[in-house]
Amino acid sequence: MQQFINITLSGLVEGMIYAAFALALVLIWRSTRIVNFAQGAMAAATAFIALALIDAGQSYWIALIVALLSGFVLGAVVERVVIRPVEGGPELNAVIVTLGLFVAIQASIAIIFGSSFQSFPTPFGVRGFEIGDSTIALTPTSLYIIGSVLVVMALLVALFRFTRVGLAMRASAFGQEVARLLGVRVGRMLTLGWALAAVVGSLAGLLIAGGEFIYPAYMDSLIVFGFVAAVLGGLDSPIGAIVGGLLLGLALSYVSGYIERGSALVNVAALVILIVVLLVRPGGLFASSVARRA
Amino acid sequence: MSDSQTPTSAAGAATEEAPVEATAAANAPSAQAAGGRSFLPKSTLLRHLVVVLLAIVAAVVILEITDPFTNSQLAQLSYYAIAAGGLTVLTGLNGQVSLGHGALMAVGAYTTALFLQADEPVPLPLILLVSTLVATVVGALVGVAAARLHGPYLAGATLALAVGLPGLAIYFHDIFGGEQGMRVRAPQPPDAFKDFISFVSGNSATGTKWLAYVGAICLVITYFLLANLVRSRIGRTWRAVRDQDVAAELAGINLGTWRVLAFTVSAAAAGLAGGVLALVIRLAAPSGFTLVLSLSLLTAIVLGGLGSLLGALLGSALLVFLPPFVTDLGADFGLDNTEAAQLAPFVYGVVLIVAMIFAPAGFVGTVRLRWLTYRAKQRAAAARSSSGG
Amino acid sequence: MSFLAAATVVSTVAACGGGSDDDGGGGGGGGGGGENEASDIGITEDTIKLGAHYPLTGVAAPGYSEIPTGVQAYFDWVNDNGGVNGRQIEYIYRDDAYNPTNTTQVVNQLVLEDEVFAIVGGLGTPTHSAVLDFLNSEGVPDLFVSSGSLLWGDDPEANPYTFGWQTDYTSEGKIIGEYIAEEFPDAKVGLFLQDDDFGEDGEEGIREYIDDQIVAAVRYTPGNTNVAPQISELQAAGADFVVGFNVPSYTALSQLTALQLGYQPEQWFYSNVGSDPALVGSLLARFSQGSVTDASLLDGALTTGYLPTVDQTDNPWIQQFQEIWEASGQEGELTNYRVYGMSQAYTTVQALQAAGQNPTRDGIVEAIETAGADWQGPVFAPYRYSADSHMGTSGMSIERIVGNGSEEVQPVRITDIGDAEIEEFDGEASAPPENGIPDEESAVD
Repeated sequence: MQQFINITLSGLVEGMIYAAFALALVLIWRSTRIVNFAQGAMAAATAFIALALIDAGQSYWIALIVALLSGFVLGAVVERVVIRPVEGGPELNAVIVTLGLFVAIQASIAIIFGSSFQSFPTPFGVRGFEIGDSTIALTPTSLYIIGSVLVVMALLVALFRFTRVGLAMRASAFGQEVARLLGVRVGRMLTLGWALAAVVGSLAGLLIAGGEFIYPAYMDSLIVFGFVAAVLGGLDSPIGAIVGGLLLGLALSYVSGYIERGSALVNVAALVILIVVLLVRPGGLFASSVARRA
Repeated sequence: MSDSQTPTSAAGAATEEAPVEATAAANAPSAQAAGGRSFLPKSTLLRHLVVVLLAIVAAVVILEITDPFTNSQLAQLSYYAIAAGGLTVLTGLNGQVSLGHGALMAVGAYTTALFLQADEPVPLPLILLVSTLVATVVGALVGVAAARLHGPYLAGATLALAVGLPGLAIYFHDIFGGEQGMRVRAPQPPDAFKDFISFVSGNSATGTKWLAYVGAICLVITYFLLANLVRSRIGRTWRAVRDQDVAAELAGINLGTWRVLAFTVSAAAAGLAGGVLALVIRLAAPSGFTLVLSLSLLTAIVLGGLGSLLGALLGSALLVFLPPFVTDLGADFGLDNTEAAQLAPFVYGVVLIVAMIFAPAGFVGTVRLRWLTYRAKQRAAAARSSSGG
Repeated sequence: MSFLAAATVVSTVAACGGGSDDDGGGGGGGGGGGENEASDIGITEDTIKLGAHYPLTGVAAPGYSEIPTGVQAYFDWVNDNGGVNGRQIEYIYRDDAYNPTNTTQVVNQLVLEDEVFAIVGGLGTPTHSAVLDFLNSEGVPDLFVSSGSLLWGDDPEANPYTFGWQTDYTSEGKIIGEYIAEEFPDAKVGLFLQDDDFGEDGEEGIREYIDDQIVAAVRYTPGNTNVAPQISELQAAGADFVVGFNVPSYTALSQLTALQLGYQPEQWFYSNVGSDPALVGSLLARFSQGSVTDASLLDGALTTGYLPTVDQTDNPWIQQFQEIWEASGQEGELTNYRVYGMSQAYTTVQALQAAGQNPTRDGIVEAIETAGADWQGPVFAPYRYSADSHMGTSGMSIERIVGNGSEEVQPVRITDIGDAEIEEFDGEASAPPENGIPDEESAVD
């Protein structure tokens, strides 16, 4: 029983981490219709900035704020300098540009910060809570992760549903011409979308790093699982991203824990889950419209 | 890049009707008519056969005048180019994105490795054929699922394929050797090959050279078949499905079937490429089929010019030749080996970004657009001068 | 046309090397004790060119990318002190990002373009096995592979040019198994294994001694960082003695996860690869900002050793390597990865010396087979090199981790793969020679 609870809890926390990353992808997709492969590398870059500050004696929270701000700036600069020229062109070109960014940023991190393992602190404990005389796989740090991700999700839902900026961002993403005619400053909205997505990505990067190790490629496996979670959820929906992330996290944890040598099957399981879901619902679980031809 | 001359002309002819942009497509036939290709036969098939002959001669010349290391690089180029050729048909002609072709290469590679494990393996061409077939079957299955998906959903599904399928090799480690992979003992060059090489150039027929030839032969055959397919009714239907899906559907074309067919054809190419890869690398292991491989293939076709076989070849050449070039350049500038190694991915990334910003149609597409613009200007000038005089 | 001619010469020379058998030649060099000659590919009158492949970028780069800097530092030191038989060592290492496809490419480049004399210390099991056949069919010495797989040494007939170096995982498992059987006969043992040949070979060795004591064996796949399911299973099985055959990052992950789960087995035992206390300790120390009060979670864990480690500051080898590292002027501290690289480089210099004044590719193989078993160096136990075995060192001590260092709990014992007995090693610990450079006699001619 305790084993089941622990496998479930660790799957939930892992799922929240996928969800955090998926949220950033959803945000960028909603605001620019581009799947950003560089998201992980950009997040890693800000995590290394945060670590440099912590090493210099700053507190975790100062480092977190600086990292998020640098994420915002990085996102905006990236959109203005390298994404803007390919926006509106063939869809694949933007994909290739983000791939190029991914490789170039990761290489830059290795050149600037070195490529060894470094541990990243967390402001909360990493020891599981005790209930009675047994310990469960839930730590103060995992509560911090879960809380942060839920807050971000709520903010995103509010942004898109209740604010004019959110509406303008969606309009810019869907139909630039129409939005422009309606008086939306499309260029600015696209930049804002990238900047905000980079902030969310950066937060995800720091949450993942907390209590673990970072190195230039530490976000690589999350790019895949985060993307799968986002697609499961429907790419358009922040709630979908959370549900997709949790579903994936739980399923993978069970596969890993209950199948002999299941850890080797985790990637296969992600493939099977995604295919099954997409065969039933080609637009993901929370697709807002049926035949999306992006 | 003299070593890419081989299928240059083959692909050039093949992709005349498959340019990146619809505007270019409309002009393509006139460009062909105006071009200096009148010495080639009128029939498509015959013309392609002539090009194949030229390509074979060029391949032999190139492989015999270059050093052994370049031979080995050309062997690598061949499997990248075979897979990229299939992918460019899928993505360029039919409009479907795949981030998972590396996994289909793994299917071909493992099939080849399994067959070569036998004490007395069946002949190599047969092994490569079976590898192609197995990947074709897997590709057809994936294609059925993929035909229902669009845009990022298709990208996500194929991404999961790229990381998921190699995981099976780890799980079934008794058959596929697990993380360590299956070592492949590449077949020895046959005596006829040794005689041929000593007759042509007097070079020694090493294993490396033999594999380079195997790769080149597979490449020429693949591009010949793909080029004919692209110019056939099938190719035209694919383009219709890509550009005018509603109209195509009204015209009685079953979109799903044609999408599955496109996926299947590209999977066949990936399977053959995987077989060649297993021979050249002498190993089929999961770490050889990471997401990086799939993404590299996509990079190759977009950089070279989407939908163009020549573009796929040029893009593959970039994948093979750029990283060692940058590393050596870095070392020449006094960086130590580690710094030089880190420089290579950095430069690679920057090249991708810059190329997409300044040549969004890829190499072939950009050159073709320039050429068309130039022709149009000339014709306009001619028209003006004739009307003026 | 001169281009064509040059290419022809190169491939002919390569073919000569490849054509000869392992028992062939070797006498070509040496001789007369006179002049230095360009005795083989990669050897000139005043240089020896060596090559290697390591993951310098990507997921496997952390840690491993430090090894070649250690090798480089040692070769620089040797070069500054006159080189080997008056030849300077040119060392070229290239990045394969731990991807066998790239390994093939860079090794092709090293052999065919750079024309190195030998490959030294190529890292990784899947990566290096991609080039095993190529190197052996081209007749390129493939020395001291950086992996404890059995592939490199147990079949010299199939791979005459390849030599292992570190203790193989099966021998290590046997020594660990025997220790547990004798010291902890009542322990319920859980195995935490990497799901590849590393974990498999180690498990095989351990099970030879304590098959009946093992209550659970769990496996993780590298890259999958959630190991809670695996650790929970060990916990549920009631294992009170956990043996890990894993890489260092998973040592830290398993410790953290156990902390999360409140799982406290009486004893942890990490195999040599995973136990770098300086590295893992510094990784874990950071988390003490949370509720981990003790700086070293690893305190009290057991591990094995076949090389001195950087914490042993009074070990003469470590002192020597420290001096060499500082002299090289490269960035960073001396780490255990760099000690590993320097030790391999030390063995390489021994092999080059033993190959005589004018080394040949076949000659160096013969030299290692003849003389290698007697070489002393930083490695605790002797190598098993002979005409019948190309396995590396055969023995290990068992150590307890204390703080960021370790203390010996069982002296070096030696064994071999298969059903070979485990025996006490009765040799003396060696001291570094003057200058830190070996002085082996030529073993050929």
